[in-house]
Amino acid sequence: MDFSNLFDNLALGFQTAVSLQNLMYCFIGVFVGTLVGVLPGIGPLAAIAMLLPATFNLPPVGALIMLAGIYYGTQYGGSTTAILVNLPGESASVVTCMDGHQMAKNGRAGPALAIAAVGSFFAGTVGTILIAVAGPPLAEVALKFGAPEYFSLMTMGLIASAVLASGSMLKAIAMIFLGLIFGIVGTDVNSGMSRFTFGASGLADGLSFVVVAMGLFGFGEILSNLEKGEEASSRELLNAELTHLYPTLQDIKLSTGAIVRGTAIGAFFGTLPGAGPTISAFSSYALEKKVAKNPQEFGKGAIQGVAGPESANNAAAQCAFIPTLTLGIPGSGTMALMLGALTIQGIAPGPQVMTQRPELFWGLIASMWIGNAMLVLLNLPLVGLWVKLLRVPYRLLFPAILTFMAIGVYSVNNLNLDIYLTVFFGLMGYIFLKLKCEPAPLILAFVLGPLMEENLRRALLISRGDPMVFFTRPISATFLVLTILLLIVIALPAVRKKREVAYQEPPAA
Amino acid sequence: MKIKSQTDLWSGIMFIGFGLLAIWISRDFPFGTAARMGPGFFPTWIGIIMTGLGAIIALTSLKSEEDKIGKWAWRPMILMSAGFVLFGWGIDNIGFIPSVIGLCIIGAASGTQFKWKEAIPLAIGLMIGCWALFIKGLELPFPLFWWR
Repeated sequence: MDFSNLFDNLALGFQTAVSLQNLMYCFIGVFVGTLVGVLPGIGPLAAIAMLLPATFNLPPVGALIMLAGIYYGTQYGGSTTAILVNLPGESASVVTCMDGHQMAKNGRAGPALAIAAVGSFFAGTVGTILIAVAGPPLAEVALKFGAPEYFSLMTMGLIASAVLASGSMLKAIAMIFLGLIFGIVGTDVNSGMSRFTFGASGLADGLSFVVVAMGLFGFGEILSNLEKGEEASSRELLNAELTHLYPTLQDIKLSTGAIVRGTAIGAFFGTLPGAGPTISAFSSYALEKKVAKNPQEFGKGAIQGVAGPESANNAAAQCAFIPTLTLGIPGSGTMALMLGALTIQGIAPGPQVMTQRPELFWGLIASMWIGNAMLVLLNLPLVGLWVKLLRVPYRLLFPAILTFMAIGVYSVNNLNLDIYLTVFFGLMGYIFLKLKCEPAPLILAFVLGPLMEENLRRALLISRGDPMVFFTRPISATFLVLTILLLIVIALPAVRKKREVAYQEPPAA
Repeated sequence: MKIKSQTDLWSGIMFIGFGLLAIWISRDFPFGTAARMGPGFFPTWIGIIMTGLGAIIALTSLKSEEDKIGKWAWRPMILMSAGFVLFGWGIDNIGFIPSVIGLCIIGAASGTQFKWKEAIPLAIGLMIGCWALFIKGLELPFPLFWWR
């Protein structure tokens, strides 16, 4: 490993990122991201989809920096609400609720927030270094990938996303196939034939990602929240004053190990395509409970239960950029959106980005670290503001979210059809929730669909129709063997039970 | 034979439906061979696999744990969809400002605690905010009213 090169690269990155303009984009992204993350019912995916149009007029580096800021801002905002009101802003912070909110109830909201911030910052720093170190060699390997390798890698990512999704795995796999079908809507690049467009010219370029994401994760979620009633979505706030922010020496001692372990878990799952922050947070919590000297404290306000999962989910959020930037294969729906933003800016995602646009790649990495630092500085003093925001009742909030969604969807292509399709996907999203079909694998498959078809076609063309090509090439075979192992392991009764237990909702406190 | 899990049964039926639809539509596309995949190859296979998975999921509904679908939120389903459709039609025909106000009020009405006293100020405030952000700030080229 050539370290002088690494420093040159990072220097270039910081040069790009600390320009006044880019610092501002980073700040806006982080601020708006936290703001949206604090609001219940909007996850990172819907937040980025909603704010995507705002970045169209920016230069590519600025747009990406801002979107990345929004991304980890929402992750972060989610944990603030989890601790303060026992309401996870997004799925990865469900675990933080368990002990974080208990700490807040015991009058220790300050230390909980501070440890979450410190843990996230540490994880973010490690994540940034990992991307910088692992990125270039991975991209080099990826340049050697042929069609069979890409196909098998994507298969592995999709199956992993189904295995790691909550609920029935069979349904999650069926959702993958549904996503693949939605993905190939539009003009077939090879034959020029229109497929599944029902004669609509607006579908010639395929379904817009923003439409599917907003429908499934925005519109559908609101419907589901309204079904439960507005009260369920806006809960009583703690009236406890946030007097002392600083954790005690004992807190720090207990958390250090948890933060390091959480970061390692998050880095592992984040890099794996298909996995992500949620599974990392769950695994970290389970591990902390196992290694702790005081397991009986868990669920009653153990600080490790906040430190571990928070570090894990932030590390995973950062490391999710590794497959996205080096292989051009998004590991999650959110990353798919980031790639979409790149494409809109006229940059073809993939391993060549690093060599062709080094200032973009390294600038983004440097800005991630700066963004993480900003989050710490921004959040602790602004906790009061976020709490005020939480007092806005849901009945006033959701019409505003709806309006932003509609404007956001329309502004991507200026197509009315996109709005109508959002309604379709919104209703589908609600039906999926009612039928307990997890939508995350669908959205990933939707993005990968055209890529998978193209790589399958190419692979079979080279092999003259022999499907064994996926097993005779060593790298491709490795991916497929791993996929099969994953399926076998998850089918084992013992693991299956654990998986079900891991996804049980935390007891409502 | 007794259906235990309604959610499994109906998800199975949904996947079978989408699978058959995919196969049905794909029959118009040349299938090709494995070595030279036509545009029909990929979607047909996906349709077949999805139909098969759907059938298995539907069958598991006999065995799995009892699970009811529960009530549907018809009011927000209809009103939110109507608000969106109005916005989609309106933005080209009656302009940005009336569309935003319409969507916001219809959207608010899909909740159970709708009050005109709250919805109208909310809509006006939102309209001003959106105008400032999207039209002034981001310079999106939407006509504000039907006359321009």
